[in-house]
Amino acid sequence: MTEQQGSGETITGAQSLVRSLEAAGVTDIFGIPGGAILPAYDPLMDSSIRHILVRHEQGAGHAAQGYASASGRVGVCMATSGPGATNLVTPLADAHMDSVPMVAITGQVGASLIGTDAFQEADIRGITMPITKHNFLVTDPAEIPTKIAEAFHIASTGRPGPVLVDVTKSALQSNTSFHWPSEISLPGYRPVTRPHAKQIREAARLILESRRPVLYVGGGTIRSGASKELAALAELTGIPVVTTLMARGAFPDSHPQHLGMPGMHGTVAAVAALQKSDLLISLGARFDDRVTGNLDSFAPDAKVIHADIDPAEIGKNRYADVPIVGDVREVLVDLITTLRTEEQAGNTGDYEAWVAFCAGVKKKYPLGYDKPADGGLAPQYVIERLGAISGPNTIYTAGVGQHQMWAAHFVGYERPNTWINSGGLGTMGFAVPGAMGAKVAMPDQTVWAVDGDGCFQMTNQELATCAINDIPIKVAIINNESLGMVRQWQTLFYNSRYSNTDLHSKRIPDFVKLADAYGCVGLACESPDDVDATIQKAMEINDVPVVVDFRVHRDAMVWPMVAAGTSNDDIKYARDLAPQFDEDDL
Amino acid sequence: MAKHTLSVLVEDKPGVLARISALFSRRGFNIESLAVGPTEHEEISRMTIVVNVDSSPLEQVTKQLNKLVEVIKIVELDPTASVTRELILVKVGATAENRSQVLDIVQLFRAKVIDVAGDAITMQVVGNADKINDFLRVLEPFGIRELVQSGMVAIGRGSRSISERGKPVAVPVPPAANA
Repeated sequence: MTEQQGSGETITGAQSLVRSLEAAGVTDIFGIPGGAILPAYDPLMDSSIRHILVRHEQGAGHAAQGYASASGRVGVCMATSGPGATNLVTPLADAHMDSVPMVAITGQVGASLIGTDAFQEADIRGITMPITKHNFLVTDPAEIPTKIAEAFHIASTGRPGPVLVDVTKSALQSNTSFHWPSEISLPGYRPVTRPHAKQIREAARLILESRRPVLYVGGGTIRSGASKELAALAELTGIPVVTTLMARGAFPDSHPQHLGMPGMHGTVAAVAALQKSDLLISLGARFDDRVTGNLDSFAPDAKVIHADIDPAEIGKNRYADVPIVGDVREVLVDLITTLRTEEQAGNTGDYEAWVAFCAGVKKKYPLGYDKPADGGLAPQYVIERLGAISGPNTIYTAGVGQHQMWAAHFVGYERPNTWINSGGLGTMGFAVPGAMGAKVAMPDQTVWAVDGDGCFQMTNQELATCAINDIPIKVAIINNESLGMVRQWQTLFYNSRYSNTDLHSKRIPDFVKLADAYGCVGLACESPDDVDATIQKAMEINDVPVVVDFRVHRDAMVWPMVAAGTSNDDIKYARDLAPQFDEDDL
Repeated sequence: MAKHTLSVLVEDKPGVLARISALFSRRGFNIESLAVGPTEHEEISRMTIVVNVDSSPLEQVTKQLNKLVEVIKIVELDPTASVTRELILVKVGATAENRSQVLDIVQLFRAKVIDVAGDAITMQVVGNADKINDFLRVLEPFGIRELVQSGMVAIGRGSRSISERGKPVAVPVPPAANA
């Protein structure tokens, strides 16, 4: 700390905390008060910060994630000690996996009570050590401004992530003076954002030498705000693009070079392109097992250029021939400059046969689905129409399971930060609170939560928060009255023995009445003929949240699919249907 | 698998040992030996960690350690260019008849007697792992009643110090919104 800003007058630690949050630029907090954090809630009443009182701390955490993912700003949630803090564990773990910039403030029992098993005491710093980017326990009120400044700096720079600041009740109640630091010193925290010039040259050389390159785009591309640069590189080189679950929207789905999402439920074209590639250009992706399938047989002929801001991701799962530590946007800018210079010198890549092969696979194996024979509603159709009617400026959130995969495939994304989901941790129940956070951050954009009937029942209490606080989100429940993805696995791998996946949610609860009870508008739809009209009706309601119960065919499955642990080469386009590639085309 | 000795400089803050040991356990690595203590810089502690891993997982654990905000620097010590020491305190049975034999061993290993009782001698010895193992093997026949061993500490040979460092980089904070 060198210079300081602040009045120096005597205030409480609680007032210092609220002033620090204001100074860090916070405008919205999702939270619930309770004993240990209570002192902070008093000055919060007089603050410019909008505090949104949620119904469960998990909702506060996911809302902070949705807020951050939609806007790029740090999301903030607040909870009391003990159970309040432990209810944040799932969102923190989720944000840690998906690199979401987020700060959680928790109250802690008074410093003299720590370690005594006091009422509502939990060692939340110890509990969250492995699931936060960093965390602090603050017992001295004088440290509050510095720790808050450090928390926001750590959460939002380098590879973003969640930071928890646990503040004791005694620190909140003690007197202190407020000094906002103008500088902080973190000797062990120096994220590298500028890529090394030598590595860029080496990458450019491999790109020009390769014949079957693929741009393997991960969530880091979204977090670094590099969509424009990605489009520039893709168009400069003509290289095919795949976007992972976390990167949907980083590159327009309508772009002819886009092969879609790779992985366990990826498109045949995206999976085939990776498998047949001779060069993967990985941009902020982490070779997750859901993308690679069996690692030993993943992209067997490919060299790898791996660009990531986190050095620990490089070489973690797959050897990198050219490791590049840096911010994806800066890496792309440098690559574009180098490749343009090469182009002026007459050096361009020769990818013609490869591009034709990929385009051929994409044409031969487009995304598709079967219409239910009984005239019932196909879940994919609902999502396809939702994407078409609500459009690419809408923000879509999802829970986890079949509806998530269909939403990833069938909405059609054109812009970054319009697709928000729980990718790494796979947290059911993310959609509703995630949508709430996104809507608070971006009030002028339509926000649709595409949710499953199982997921929806995990966190739908936040509809009350939305209705009361004028947060008019829209929820599309893809109601197949079961834990659909688990049911799909039971169909495929457990002889259709449906152990504990039947939720009966077309009978209980009545989602329309439930929506009504929460002060939302509830709609239901079970015929393909009514889908457009129902979506239109939901689009017209903008003063209260809308919940639509889309009662879909329950046996629909997510295809394509690579069975867990098997090779991506064994992808099935539909049940018992393996795609045939014409190798001679390569 | 091979033994690797890591010297880790960390900020001397509460919880940092828990963070590091938890990271090893979460990523599936076993710590063979761990010693922590202060350094010539007041705010910095040094950990000497011995792990038994292949070089590729070692690289991963080093990278993960480096991500911890409180970890300042990690150096893997080259066994040929560093000195390692452990300390043990050991209590063996020794009667009037065989006490002189034990004392011979003490002499031989340049150990030290730190306590004598009617039927026991307590000794201290400092050395690398080989010397300590040899010492214990020779004492075995007398009956080891109690043994306590420190973690290994290690330092590089030559004039350079791993804790030499520039001024810590201060990061500007966005100006107060309400200032």
